[in-house]
Amino acid sequence: MSNETSAPRPAKAPSASKDKVVIRGLDFFYGQSKALKDVTLSLYEGQVTAFIGPSGCGKSTLLRVLNRMYDLYPGQRAEGEVLLDGENILAKDLDLNLLRSRVGMVFQKPTPFPMTIYDNIAFGVRLYEKLPKSEMDARVESSLKRTALWGEVKDKLNANGLSLSGGQQQRLCIARTVAIAPEVILFDEPTSALDPISTAKIEELLDELSGEYTIAIVTHNMQQAARVSHYTAFMYLGEMVEFNETNAVFTSPRDKRTQDYVTGRFG
Amino acid sequence: MADLYSGRKRSNAIWTTLAYGATALGLSMLVIILATLLWNGFGGLSLDVFTKNTAPPGVVGGLLNSIVGSIITTAIGLAIGAPLGILAGTYLAEYGRSDRLAVVVRFINDILLSAPSIVVGLFIYELLVVPVGHFSALAGGVALAVLGAPIMVRTTEDMLNLVPDTLREAASALGMPRSLVIRHIAYKAVRSGIITGILLAIARMTGETAPLIFTALGNSLFTLDPRGPMSSLPLIIYEFARSPYAEQQKLAWTGALILTFAVLALSITARALSAQTQQK
Repeated sequence: MSNETSAPRPAKAPSASKDKVVIRGLDFFYGQSKALKDVTLSLYEGQVTAFIGPSGCGKSTLLRVLNRMYDLYPGQRAEGEVLLDGENILAKDLDLNLLRSRVGMVFQKPTPFPMTIYDNIAFGVRLYEKLPKSEMDARVESSLKRTALWGEVKDKLNANGLSLSGGQQQRLCIARTVAIAPEVILFDEPTSALDPISTAKIEELLDELSGEYTIAIVTHNMQQAARVSHYTAFMYLGEMVEFNETNAVFTSPRDKRTQDYVTGRFG
Repeated sequence: MADLYSGRKRSNAIWTTLAYGATALGLSMLVIILATLLWNGFGGLSLDVFTKNTAPPGVVGGLLNSIVGSIITTAIGLAIGAPLGILAGTYLAEYGRSDRLAVVVRFINDILLSAPSIVVGLFIYELLVVPVGHFSALAGGVALAVLGAPIMVRTTEDMLNLVPDTLREAASALGMPRSLVIRHIAYKAVRSGIITGILLAIARMTGETAPLIFTALGNSLFTLDPRGPMSSLPLIIYEFARSPYAEQQKLAWTGALILTFAVLALSITARALSAQTQQK
């Protein structure tokens, strides 16, 4: 992987950023066991926030709270406050499908649907919009262009999504998410199943998408966090240890545990 | 050490031989059955078999009413059993999972899977024949549904369990309601597997005799009315095979040949389809 991009980029000053998602005093339980302890942080509008930490620290759990993905499974519950534009998304009567149309998610393993490339994108759009064919075509094209996949698939939009390579599948999944125009996009280790070249493409994509979308990314790869994020949250054993501009977390961490982790002493 | 090694080689040789022997024995049984059927039944195949109804001794007859009867009773069984089986399988895999109700339903289904078909026939006899006062193809179809549904419950659940949760999460993450995730994503991913289950159930239902004895009864006349008694291939084979007349015995062999190859064709189609699912 190239090293030019590995230097943390300067983030906008926090004061200039508007809160998109505010997490306050969040606890999370898998049955009896507590996976998140009193987590508090904010995702700033149009910025990329990376969640880092050793395996089992709760970073993926935190991500899955933001679109209530945990709701699919009985026995998992969250307590505290998560505000999306000021509205508490942990509220019991919240419409989960509407929430998820505003907060999209891309997973670790590429998960194309068992249908054509075109339908992979059109399917999600059809859930919330009734578009005439020409507009749908345009939406599919623009989403695929957005994710730099158009050139590779424009001649085989009717091929099965599963016929693409792993990296292409992942970009298809991102295109699918972008197509329904969410406000926030969550990335759960989006490159850990991909080769270095595909990884670089996804990272470029993250850079292009930031600004327009508020992005949270969970990653095991500290260089990746440094490359793609404006803000970084370091988590350890379910606690939010340190949250700051990415530059600061990597160059002058305030907490001893953060320092040990980012310098590779454990994790 | 040399002793240990040669001993292991010897026992390997013995067990391998036994395994091959058992396979050969099983396969030769199948070949013998098919060969006997062909030997005895093939000569009886003629246009009459498919165009004429079963006839009393001395008159040239065919199996038309039995073949049509088999198709109708199986179709009734399928029309009732398939929706029940697929919906129950969907409940178990998608909604119930490890709920107490799902555990109970799964257990009962396993019992039904191996329930003696004669018991099912008697049960439907008490339920649908005695109160009505006469035998009917409809009762036969219901009995077949009771036998076929558990197969479809099991295969549908097993197939849906093959759908990775990550795929369900990915669909939900787009804001897709649960019902659409199941219909458009999960069913689609394992469609050929679910169809395989249906074909296996059809094969099972087509070959059943016992549940029809007490329900559809049999009929020497051609009929399309499911409210009355109706013939079917297994029933006519059962009847004609015990007949003292040579031409009826011959028709029984021919009927057995047709039935066996129809079921064989369904099973092979099912295998081919399920191989396709696993490749994906």
